[in-house]
Amino acid sequence: MSHGQDGHHEVKPPEGWMDRPDTVKRLLQVFYVLCGVLFLAEFLLLGAENAHPHPLEERMRFFVYPVYGFISFWFLVLVARPMRTLLIRSEDYYEGGGAYRGDEEGGHD
Amino acid sequence: MTSLPPFVLFFVGALVVALTKGAVRKAVVLGVPLVGLGSLWMGAGQDVAASGPQLLYQLELIGYTLTPFRADKLSLLFGYLFHIAAFLGFVYALHLGDGAPDGSVAEDVGEDDVVGNGTATLQHVAAMLYAGSALGAVFAGDFITLFVFWELLAITSVFLIWARDSERSYATGFRYLIIHVVSGVLLLSAALMIAHRTGSIEFGAVPLQGAAGWILLLSFGIKAGFPLVHNWITEAYPESTPTGTVFLSAFTTKVAVYALARSFAGADPLIYIGTAMTFFPIFYAVLENDLRRVLGYSMINQIGFMVAGIGIGTAMAVNGAVAHAFADVIFKGLLFMSMGAVMTMTGRTKGTDLGGLYKTMPITATLCIFGAAAISAFPLFSAFVTKSMIMVAAVDEHHYIVWLFMLFASAGVLEHAGIKIPYFAFFAHDSGIRTKEPPKNMLVAMSIGAVLCVLIGVFPGQLYALLPFEMDYHPYDTYHVVTQMQLLVFGALGFITLVKSGIYPDEKRAVHIDAEVLYRRLGPWLVRTVGGAVARVDAAVRASVMGVVGSVLGAADRSHGQMGPLARSWPSGSMVLWVAILLAAYLLFYLWEFGL
Repeated sequence: MSHGQDGHHEVKPPEGWMDRPDTVKRLLQVFYVLCGVLFLAEFLLLGAENAHPHPLEERMRFFVYPVYGFISFWFLVLVARPMRTLLIRSEDYYEGGGAYRGDEEGGHD
Repeated sequence: MTSLPPFVLFFVGALVVALTKGAVRKAVVLGVPLVGLGSLWMGAGQDVAASGPQLLYQLELIGYTLTPFRADKLSLLFGYLFHIAAFLGFVYALHLGDGAPDGSVAEDVGEDDVVGNGTATLQHVAAMLYAGSALGAVFAGDFITLFVFWELLAITSVFLIWARDSERSYATGFRYLIIHVVSGVLLLSAALMIAHRTGSIEFGAVPLQGAAGWILLLSFGIKAGFPLVHNWITEAYPESTPTGTVFLSAFTTKVAVYALARSFAGADPLIYIGTAMTFFPIFYAVLENDLRRVLGYSMINQIGFMVAGIGIGTAMAVNGAVAHAFADVIFKGLLFMSMGAVMTMTGRTKGTDLGGLYKTMPITATLCIFGAAAISAFPLFSAFVTKSMIMVAAVDEHHYIVWLFMLFASAGVLEHAGIKIPYFAFFAHDSGIRTKEPPKNMLVAMSIGAVLCVLIGVFPGQLYALLPFEMDYHPYDTYHVVTQMQLLVFGALGFITLVKSGIYPDEKRAVHIDAEVLYRRLGPWLVRTVGGAVARVDAAVRASVMGVVGSVLGAADRSHGQMGPLARSWPSGSMVLWVAILLAAYLLFYLWEFGL
């Protein structure tokens, strides 16, 4: 609590653990380590049986799933962005509105 | 021990709910699904285990056999599921009528009754009838009984949309009703054609040949959210009340999945329709701002896996499809519950308005993450042990391209339901909203859902034992666990790199047009434009025809009118004169002719 200019108590917004940059940085570090472990886990698969092999797995042999997962996300977003240009309309489009008016309508990252 | 058709208890329960309130009503809404589940398990469930499929309460009607209660492993699985879903839904909706929840800031954005306290009775009664209708449909053994419950599903559930009591919800509800009634009419038409051709109305496998098969498929497809007829899902779910959407997400589409599994298992077109359903909604889900609408697209994506599995048609694939339907009702219900809790406490569901809620709603955030992990198919969660059966069946049947699309769609699920939903609601930027956790009953319902997601994932054998076909499948092997973790974690790495590089699209206060534009903008525009042109041509033709008719009538009036020469009245004196002239002329002619 702190005192404002008019003498009233002001409620200080609670700080969450995700507000601390160190915490976010540490979480990301843990995540990158997990990525590394799973990358190395590929070698575990050399001795593991795949009861239902797909031709893609047989042809690429290594890192099929990490590469596919990563590329899928990028592909999804890189297709969705131009789709938005084509499809976006104002929020009241179905109530008689028209084209999207850009930043006037708001949004955030 | 034979039990009553399960819908009966729910319909009687709805009557009791309508006539009671307070603690009695709460006891009834919780008791009906629990008693119903116990009765089904101990009655028809044991009978089927001991003696195989049961056809109960059959009666003859104009030469056809009606079967209101057919119990076999397939219908029982959905029967158990719908009882569980109804129980979870009613626990979640138990606070209706108790006033605004403590700590809710929904009024700040003009949502004076976001819970729907004013429509509490309507919601409880409609939900009870809706759940009963879903049970009636899955236990129907003939097309006429199915048709009755198919229409009741629409008529009862629309009140859960109208219960929001807004202009937009009324309009959405009417569109929803029209679409579902059309589906019912198609079902009845197909049923009559099948009855005419085969002499039977049994609700069983139907060959995808001729008009009857395709019309029936379209009828089921409308309710399942096939491409181009899918927008009732993305329209209706965001417009219902927080509790209403939880019920809506559980029943209608799953009844359609059941119907497809019953009638069209092994129909090739379903493989490609289902694959398309897994694929296209994930692009919309990336862009969409309303998080309940994102979950609507996610619903279509998940049903796509089920539809494709039914199309593949092997024992493994159909088992995978219905097992995934079972898991989906619970994890999707959990996600809708978490967004409903956010809506209840903040009055908002859009990504642009939310963020940072983990500070004030940490339990809800955690439970939402359980649902996100389950739908993303992380090991030890439910979809890992259900969706993989469909993927394995696709490879076993050499549908390699389909498998690649499904794998892409699996990554897409992680993006929109696994990351986007919890990230934009509970983390991302701090929206400044300060609220509290939702009412305890909502937390309890979400907790039960989260526990079930884990239980199914950890002990899949319990669910597998309920599946309709024998199979030998073990989801937990090194290869499956490692590759699935690789797919998901490197997909998440893709998300982080996209956000960090600023390429990930912002949330926008906007809509993204979809097939609904055909009937919400193009249709009305066509009616206005074509109708206007037709009206103008009609007016011109009428004017010219009326001109011609007027001219003819004018001419007739001039000659035959009151003062016209051909209609003038002649005095008798004149007539005598003219007769005398004529006689004189005749006399002269006579004299001249005879030479006199």
